[in-house]
Amino acid sequence: MATHKIDANKWVDRYSDYLYNYTIVRVNDHEVAQDLISETFFAGLKSAANFKGEASERTWLISILKRKIIDHYRKKNSKKGKAEIRMQYNDSETEGDWLEERVSDPFDKTAEDDMENTELGLAIHECLDGINEKQAAIFKLKTIENYDTEAICNEYNITPSNLWVIIHRARTAMADCLEQKWLK
Amino acid sequence: MSIFLKCEEANHKCDKNQYKEASFFEMIQLNIHLIYCRVCRKYSSRNNKLTKAFKNKNFKTMPLDQKIKLQERLRQEISK
Repeated sequence: MATHKIDANKWVDRYSDYLYNYTIVRVNDHEVAQDLISETFFAGLKSAANFKGEASERTWLISILKRKIIDHYRKKNSKKGKAEIRMQYNDSETEGDWLEERVSDPFDKTAEDDMENTELGLAIHECLDGINEKQAAIFKLKTIENYDTEAICNEYNITPSNLWVIIHRARTAMADCLEQKWLK
Repeated sequence: MSIFLKCEEANHKCDKNQYKEASFFEMIQLNIHLIYCRVCRKYSSRNNKLTKAFKNKNFKTMPLDQKIKLQERLRQEISK
């Protein structure tokens, strides 16, 4: 089995989007997400010697990031008073077994849909990692950063028809990958 | 210029259309092609889905300036 190696110089290019997407849906705050990711990278650098190469770099970074996210919530919670959740109502007014409380909450459904969509975000990143690296770079500039065709052509020194061929290949590969991973 | 496109050309117009770079005439050409070509219809619908997926609010990327800053800090840390 091929073992994985650490190449910290490429971390930002390769994983920052994936980690960012992963974090932002969990902490819902741009600044905090930035901090957590840079902390993750630095912690990764420090413990790079412990990396055994059994998992991929990304999996390993995510496992560090998960701990950072948990720590973030621990810190946040220790600052404020503990929330109280009471399951039993002892108020005479509301006592009894209320049928309304047993009815399923329609808002739960949207929560679930949202969960599915958060997975879509990660699936896109995974697919972007999977396709040809040069194609992915150009495709990202065009689709995510909304660069002009001309600007990309100048940067990569290619003609517009080259660019459209690359975009076409990238789009086909992405659609195939997403169909497999997500749409099924 | 014919209003009838080859499949290859139709796909190219469809790609351009995803980035709003197809002209009005090109869109007409594409749509005429799609009327009679099932394969390109499939390609078009997948292509549209892909564009939509990228616009999904749950797809996020780190802003470019932040990435550059982070890369710089990481580089300093590595060279220590």
